[in-house]
Amino acid sequence: MSYQLLSVDKEGLATSPGLKERNYMGLSDCSSVDSSTIPNVDKKSSLNFKATELRLGLPESSQSPQRETDYRLLSPRTPDEKLLFPLLPCKDHASGNKRGYLAKSGSNNAPAAKAQVVGWPPIRSYRKNTMASSTSKNTNEVGLGPLFVKVSMDGAPYLRKVDLRTYTCYQHLSSALEKMFSCFTLGQCGLHGAHGRERMSEVKLKDLLHGSEFVLTYEDKDGDWMLVGDVPWEIFTESCRKLKIMKGSDSIGLAPSAVEKSKNKD
Amino acid sequence: MDLRLPSKVLEHILSFVDSNEDRNSVSLVCKSWFETERRTRKRVIVRNCYAVTPEAVARRFPEMRSLTLKGKPHFADYNLVPDGWGGYAWPWIEAMAEKCPSLEELRLKRMVVTDECLEKIAASFKDFKVLVLTSCEGFSTDGLAAIAVACSNLRELELRECIVEDLGGDWLSYFPETLTSLVSLDFSCLDSEVKLSDLERLVSRSPNLKSLKLNRAVSLDALGSLLRLAPQLVELGTGSFSDKLDQEAVSKLSQAFSEMKELKSLSGLWDVLPEYIPLLYSVCPGLTSLNLSYATVQMPDLLELLTRCSNLQKLWVMDLIEDKGLEVVASSCKELRELRVFPSGAEGLNDTNVAMTEQGLVSVSEGCPNLESVLYFCVQFTNAAMVTIARNRPNLKCFRLCVMEPFAPDHKTQKPLDEGFKAIVERCKDLQRLSVSGLLTDKAFEYIGTHGKKLRMLSIAFAGDSDLMLHHLLSGCESLNKLEIRDCPFGDTALVANAAKLETMRSLWMSSCCVSFGACKLLSQKMPKLNVEVIDEHPLETRPDSSPVERIYIYRTLAGPRLDMPEFVWTIQKNPEIGVSHLAIK
Repeated sequence: MSYQLLSVDKEGLATSPGLKERNYMGLSDCSSVDSSTIPNVDKKSSLNFKATELRLGLPESSQSPQRETDYRLLSPRTPDEKLLFPLLPCKDHASGNKRGYLAKSGSNNAPAAKAQVVGWPPIRSYRKNTMASSTSKNTNEVGLGPLFVKVSMDGAPYLRKVDLRTYTCYQHLSSALEKMFSCFTLGQCGLHGAHGRERMSEVKLKDLLHGSEFVLTYEDKDGDWMLVGDVPWEIFTESCRKLKIMKGSDSIGLAPSAVEKSKNKD
Repeated sequence: MDLRLPSKVLEHILSFVDSNEDRNSVSLVCKSWFETERRTRKRVIVRNCYAVTPEAVARRFPEMRSLTLKGKPHFADYNLVPDGWGGYAWPWIEAMAEKCPSLEELRLKRMVVTDECLEKIAASFKDFKVLVLTSCEGFSTDGLAAIAVACSNLRELELRECIVEDLGGDWLSYFPETLTSLVSLDFSCLDSEVKLSDLERLVSRSPNLKSLKLNRAVSLDALGSLLRLAPQLVELGTGSFSDKLDQEAVSKLSQAFSEMKELKSLSGLWDVLPEYIPLLYSVCPGLTSLNLSYATVQMPDLLELLTRCSNLQKLWVMDLIEDKGLEVVASSCKELRELRVFPSGAEGLNDTNVAMTEQGLVSVSEGCPNLESVLYFCVQFTNAAMVTIARNRPNLKCFRLCVMEPFAPDHKTQKPLDEGFKAIVERCKDLQRLSVSGLLTDKAFEYIGTHGKKLRMLSIAFAGDSDLMLHHLLSGCESLNKLEIRDCPFGDTALVANAAKLETMRSLWMSSCCVSFGACKLLSQKMPKLNVEVIDEHPLETRPDSSPVERIYIYRTLAGPRLDMPEFVWTIQKNPEIGVSHLAIK
């Protein structure tokens, strides 16, 4: 069995010894299967309908089933699409879009950037968060452990946590939040059935944020609620305790130096 | 002559039938048995909240007193299910409030529970007694206050590893002075400090209190006074075990522990300092369950503790225990049934530099004849070790091995771990749950398909070479109920060829595999009793049939397509105009 190496974004690969990329698109030589290997995905090709013929039904025998499907991947992801969640496509420039298992969580501030795979090893978030706060309690070094803050949004049924260390600037953070909470603004939670929100198709959180329907605020060390974006990023990460996406109307009166604490009420 | 058993007699007989499996069989005998059974069933368990509607359940079991629900798929625990996917408790609570107001117990796992839900529970169920939330999220401590203040007969309130918006510790103070029925309280996952005096008063007016699991914010000093108020505890989860106490406080605490004659289960022990471990010696011989998985204590400080736990049946630790510690477990804990070893490194991978290898598990398999359930995180493993473990412990029911480095081969022979897992499935004929890891080829799955006849749940990551892997599993594992797969290089052929199998299973999860959109559509069309959900956070503008999907979650259901799908979940119902003209079906 031979394994091919993908070429991967080098920064994603970093210093993890022993992690090998695998090419999942069938380029490895599977001796146990009939020899119709999947051809190299090298360019956009038209849909081969016959090749997508699928069969339904139990196989006749335990022999290797005929590999009759011939899949070519189309439409590589647009290069500038920001993917801050699960997988980032590993671009193999010679052969279109293949998927590797390496994922990135935004850009990593940690000094020895390790390739981080989402959800691996399979440890519950609760345990991860708990152990993380254990280790940061035990270290005297500032800024190496993750920095989790809770993010809530007016009208969203529940809150999220983000690790501020995984972002380098406000832009990153805001894109990530946009992705995280877009499902709420689009009213798709269908949470309470009949009295769910109206669906706002095509409207993105970003537009809402820029149209000032929602603003991003944070609670600092002193318990004051401030608008995000006015202090340098480093100072922000040090003083931010909580984030909140508020309705614009609720944030009237909040200025960069405002000291009014807004109530977090449903 | 009417040979039918009078329903009153049948009812009486059924009152002795507790197992739902048996009751399900009873309900299949004939219509009248179905009717009698359904009207007498008190405890209802729905393991996939989307498999059936709340209304249907309420209609069928009007005398329901206890409802257990599970929502999100298991891989949600590892952040593989995007937020907003679903699993909402509200529709169930609303339906039960209307149709089963005598409901007393609610146990929810991996569901989204809001404060509104909790308020509704508090307002609707007059005799509400038990609320257990496991891995749930969406509510705040305000919701807890609502439960505390209104449920005057509350017996159990347990929050197990929930993500709660913690607005402070006042919620505890809402338990009225008249509440004396508390049997179990678990708030270990909350951050905020509760008022100690309120907690003490609550404990002292709860003579039936058997289980108390504190959060980290409860200090060691506070623990002492609580233990003195509740020496009858059977289960204890301590708070932080690291304050600096003076000599007098230490000896008082030691005294308090030694008074606890009933204690069987111990957990918490956050940040435990080695010098406090001797405080626990007096309770060790009575312990059947010990959870040290948050106790960052190293060897050899653990040794004395472990040697004293001769009756231990369940042990959860971190890999700080090392091979040496597991050897001590093997020689001291002869009653051990369940062992879980978690990684101590913050990221798990490449962070561990502890001396724990496959040898630790081998020792335990040799020394503990009743060992039947294993969860073991390890950096690397060998086939030989698994062969030995299988030989030692053919009675294994649950074997979850997580070799943390993806694709790691046998570190001695550099071969895939196929032979090791083969030994496990071949020897352990009663194996019901298996998680595989490390370097695995299709052969491993051929073995699993051939031998894993009792296997109900299987978890796979970064494994296999081709569709054959999935095909072996779906066609071979007769008892397969839940299959979850991530990052494996196959999809359509095996899935489509074994579509009928999917109706015999509770669910199938595949993420980062090579399942095409076309296959999903085909499956949806051909298998109307399944919900086929394509979960794509980054869908392409147009979705050609050959494009791979990020995640697919398939489950059987009587409820049809669900109504609360977010935008990133696609099912065929969303696109009724998709035709089959270009897909040949045989």
